[in-house]
Amino acid sequence: MENSVSSLLPVWACLASLLAVPLIVLFRKEETLREMTTFIAGFVKLGFVLAMVPIILEGKVITTQLVPAISGINVPIEFRVDGLGMTFALVASSLWILTSLYAIGYMRGLKEHSQTRFFAFFALSLSATLGVAFAGNLLTLYLFYELLSLSTWPLVTHHQDKEARSGGRTYLSYLLGTSIAFAIPAILFTFVKSGGDLSFAGPAILEGADFTFLSGACLLMAFAFGFSKAGLMPFHSWLPGAMVAPTPVSALLHAVAVVKVGVFCVIRVVTGVFGTDLLDRIDSHLVLCWVAAFTVVTSSLIAMSQDNLKRRLAFSTIGQLSYIVLGVALLTPHAVQGSMMHIAMHAFGKITLFFCAGAIFVATGKKYISQLDGLGKVMPWTMGAFAIGAISVTGLPPTGGLLSKIYLVWGAADAQQYALLAVYLISSVLNGVYFFPIVYRAFFRPLPAGQKLEGIAEAPPACVIPLTLTAFGSVLLFFFPGLLFELTALMIPGE
Amino acid sequence: MTDQIPAILVLAPLFGALIIGLAGQKDHRVCFPVTIVSLLVSLFAAFGAVVEVVRSGEIDYFMGGWEEPIGIGIHLHIDSLNAPLLVAIGIVSVLVAIFSIRRIGDKNTEKTPHFYSLYLMLCVGLFGITIAGDAFNLFVLIEVSSLTSYGLIAMGSSRRGTLAAFNYVLMGTVGASFYLLGVGYLYLMTGTLNMQEIHTIFLANPDIASSKAVAISFILILIGIWIKMAFFPLYGWLPNAYSYCPSSSACILAPLMTKISVYVMIRVMLGVFGIEWVFASPGYSNLVVWLAVIAILAGSMLALAQREIKKMLCYLIVAEVGYMVGGAWLADEKLWGLTGSLYHILGDAAMTLCLFLAAGIFAKRFNAIEIEDLEGLFKKAPWTAAGFVVGALAMIGVPPTCGFFSKFYLIRGGIEANHWEFVVALLVSSLVNAVLFFRIFEIAFFGNKPPEGHGHHEEEVAELKEEHHPEIPTWTGTSSLLVASAIVILLGIFNGEIVELIRIGLEDLPQFASRL
Amino acid sequence: MAEFFQQSFHAHFNFWIYVILMMIGLWALIAKNNLIKKLIGMSIFQTAIILFYVSLGVKAGATIPILDPYGNKEQAAAYAEESDPAKGKNEKKGTEEKGDSSYVGKKSPNPDIMANPLPHVLMLTAIVVGVATLGVALSIAQMIFKEFGSLEEDEILEIVKGGNVDD
Repeated sequence: MENSVSSLLPVWACLASLLAVPLIVLFRKEETLREMTTFIAGFVKLGFVLAMVPIILEGKVITTQLVPAISGINVPIEFRVDGLGMTFALVASSLWILTSLYAIGYMRGLKEHSQTRFFAFFALSLSATLGVAFAGNLLTLYLFYELLSLSTWPLVTHHQDKEARSGGRTYLSYLLGTSIAFAIPAILFTFVKSGGDLSFAGPAILEGADFTFLSGACLLMAFAFGFSKAGLMPFHSWLPGAMVAPTPVSALLHAVAVVKVGVFCVIRVVTGVFGTDLLDRIDSHLVLCWVAAFTVVTSSLIAMSQDNLKRRLAFSTIGQLSYIVLGVALLTPHAVQGSMMHIAMHAFGKITLFFCAGAIFVATGKKYISQLDGLGKVMPWTMGAFAIGAISVTGLPPTGGLLSKIYLVWGAADAQQYALLAVYLISSVLNGVYFFPIVYRAFFRPLPAGQKLEGIAEAPPACVIPLTLTAFGSVLLFFFPGLLFELTALMIPGE
Repeated sequence: MTDQIPAILVLAPLFGALIIGLAGQKDHRVCFPVTIVSLLVSLFAAFGAVVEVVRSGEIDYFMGGWEEPIGIGIHLHIDSLNAPLLVAIGIVSVLVAIFSIRRIGDKNTEKTPHFYSLYLMLCVGLFGITIAGDAFNLFVLIEVSSLTSYGLIAMGSSRRGTLAAFNYVLMGTVGASFYLLGVGYLYLMTGTLNMQEIHTIFLANPDIASSKAVAISFILILIGIWIKMAFFPLYGWLPNAYSYCPSSSACILAPLMTKISVYVMIRVMLGVFGIEWVFASPGYSNLVVWLAVIAILAGSMLALAQREIKKMLCYLIVAEVGYMVGGAWLADEKLWGLTGSLYHILGDAAMTLCLFLAAGIFAKRFNAIEIEDLEGLFKKAPWTAAGFVVGALAMIGVPPTCGFFSKFYLIRGGIEANHWEFVVALLVSSLVNAVLFFRIFEIAFFGNKPPEGHGHHEEEVAELKEEHHPEIPTWTGTSSLLVASAIVILLGIFNGEIVELIRIGLEDLPQFASRL
Repeated sequence: MAEFFQQSFHAHFNFWIYVILMMIGLWALIAKNNLIKKLIGMSIFQTAIILFYVSLGVKAGATIPILDPYGNKEQAAAYAEESDPAKGKNEKKGTEEKGDSSYVGKKSPNPDIMANPLPHVLMLTAIVVGVATLGVALSIAQMIFKEFGSLEEDEILEIVKGGNVDD
């Protein structure tokens, strides 16, 4: 049934950024050369990823074995690229280029220290992200997941001050702690239960295993909490804590790569480990649904009370991640497809918002929402992009966010879970409530008395260009979502 | 030559010790080459033993051809369970010997020959324990290694070390005496001291095997060995003894002594009493697993409370002993727990060695005793730091280090035996280890007291002052540390082969045929 | 009652003696404050086990076990006579095995009339081990006395706790 092509393309895509690491370190004295390396690696990576798209669209999967069956466990480390992995890889690798551009502007604008370390670990974490996207079995997935946690830690603690250290400590203890405490036993249990099979190829790993509602729910929640990058409550606090990182890190890693890796893993677990049939039979997915629904509503409410712009974005991200988890937990084809699409849609919207927050900080040094009055007049591009990002995340036309949200709501209706459908709708309203006042402040409130306009201008072009492009991307996805539809549709059986 | 391997293993370091005792007093330069050469001979023989075991199965060797029951033969037995352990002892002892060059002697050089002869005798004891096929010879060899370790611990200049050594003597002697008493009961019931024969008698006469005297002898032997391996709650002697003794002594004792005792326990369980007999009543094995769970949790928590690096590592050993004892007693159908336990003996030896070598280098070069003294370590000594990190990751259980795979087998055993408390304890201990070591990494990476404000203070971080000892070559310690950390990773990568060897050993035992 | 007494105390009095000795040793080892007294306790503890082993090998009226090297009747008879006085010293009645024909003239000895040598041999080794342990322990105690100026455990712990330890 499954026709797979063996190819080294995914390996090269993953290696492109990994090989850039030594070069970046080598060119640590030559700033321009170093940043050129990052760029070239980014384009090369995107090139490899794009080269795989036609193969995937033919309905094939690309497989590569990196390490033949690890001795003792008999599970190889292998890549297996399918529609879902492709979607995620496309999003991550295209946004990396823009983030690199943005990072250059941001880091130079603030004259940050240790930029070499920053770019090197950035490239490393991108490799880990693609590793997760392409992972062909649970073990590979887990290994790259942990590599990502470790390689982003120096980025989160970049400032090396007290705040950064405590943020970094929270970050690592949540991510490593939950993965050791929940994910490892869950994987081992799966391993024992399935008789040593962890591969995503073929039918779901636990298909046909005997589970009750309770045991299924325990295992599913162990996975969902174990991959705590997905930000399910109560294991979400690492995300606001990690906002001490420089904004490009927050933007790419905490709006796109890291958090999306979390939900990506949850999607893989639901579709690849349990399989929708099994969950449908034992109803365990309802537990995950309600935990996610709770997270959606609660995080939206918390977001409303945050004055720090990045923290508000962080809580918004937590809510949006649970949209995705809720979507896949609904198990209906539309909801699952919607949640896969939402990975991409939300990524473009949220990265725009983070870029804007960073640009405001670079240009004015402002971190708090209450300080943003009247900024729209001096920073029209930035605040305009912010408005588009907010529209996309809220899920209004003409942005991509609308499409995925329609699918999610549709899926909830299919599942006849009207309470959960209401959760989607209520939270969309809440999204609007906490985003649009910011836009209103920026464009329609006057500057506070006594504040001068001189000296405040747009952020450097290296910051403004990427955020304009991502905002543009959000709109573009509304009009041309074809590729995304096709890629995600590949993952839905029976379509 | 190959048929003399068991003898060579033990005799090479024994003669080395003799030569050092005779000639080393006059010329200290003799000590080190003799030590290295004799240990290398043993290591070579250990490799030979592995090859021989893989090729043609178990090796039984009778010293001087005195086969039992004519005399009290010295029966040496090598199979695929203890052959890897021999290699581990060989490698650890060679690496620590390299690490110890002039380290013990730099304050009072007249002790150098004493150190090396004790060191070699310790190796004789350890090799002997591993291959002893006779319950009483085992006692003598345990005492040989214990006596030398008392000496090695008391050699340091620390007053607390002397006190700790005294306590260790008392505890160790009580432990050995309990073991001896247990063996006495065994002899009373079976009339022989040869492990294989005792086992055969038990299999042939179920009424003897089920008698109270045999049960009591088993309990006495277990208590004796548990004292020796510092199993909770009998661990009191260990932390002070291993943390206040000279670094070289700690580096050889910490990786090997407790681990070999665990092996002795497993050997007694498998080879003397038989697994069916030991696991006959699940109540007892559940009790031991619960004790192991408490050991793991208590060891981890106590480690968390320590401020000194070596003390912390010592409590981690207590926790690791809990891993191995618990794993051995899981009694799951396919014996994955026991497999994991045997594999963990090797893995834990490698990673403990790694960490203690690193701690020794910290203490020697930077005078860093407490965790807080490690500020700026990554800048000052990147290679040592790298070795330490590898050891720490193995302790946490990060793949591809051996720590991950031993936890994998142990947890698998725990799941299959439905001992969820053991699984939980292992995970909690991994978490605690992660907290412990990341706390150290943080201090070593960022410095202890971060200046307020934003970045730009890397230059101020490195407070660590290198104590300059021109006469001590620093590369010896670092290179053995790096080799040790490479072994930690290699053990992980080739875990399948090692486990296969262990499984062959388990399958060889007749009572397993039905289980596997 | 008497039978019970006979069974558990009289017949096994050697066990009771070693258990009592062991407990005395263990008590001294744990409860005594003076380090040397602790060592004495340790020695008693070890000796108790040695006694246990030795008592295992003892048989009523048995003789020393030596292989008959020649295997002829004269030697055997002489041997048997020689071993007689040893038996005579024993309070209990002599055994009938003395003239046992099954023994005479055979190469292998009759185990029934001989004490079991193995436990004694083992205990020679154990005694050596015990002496060595005691020696090491005493020398460590000497080092402690040199460094702390005391052999009383509470005083030493006082010094250690007081932080006057120059490690």
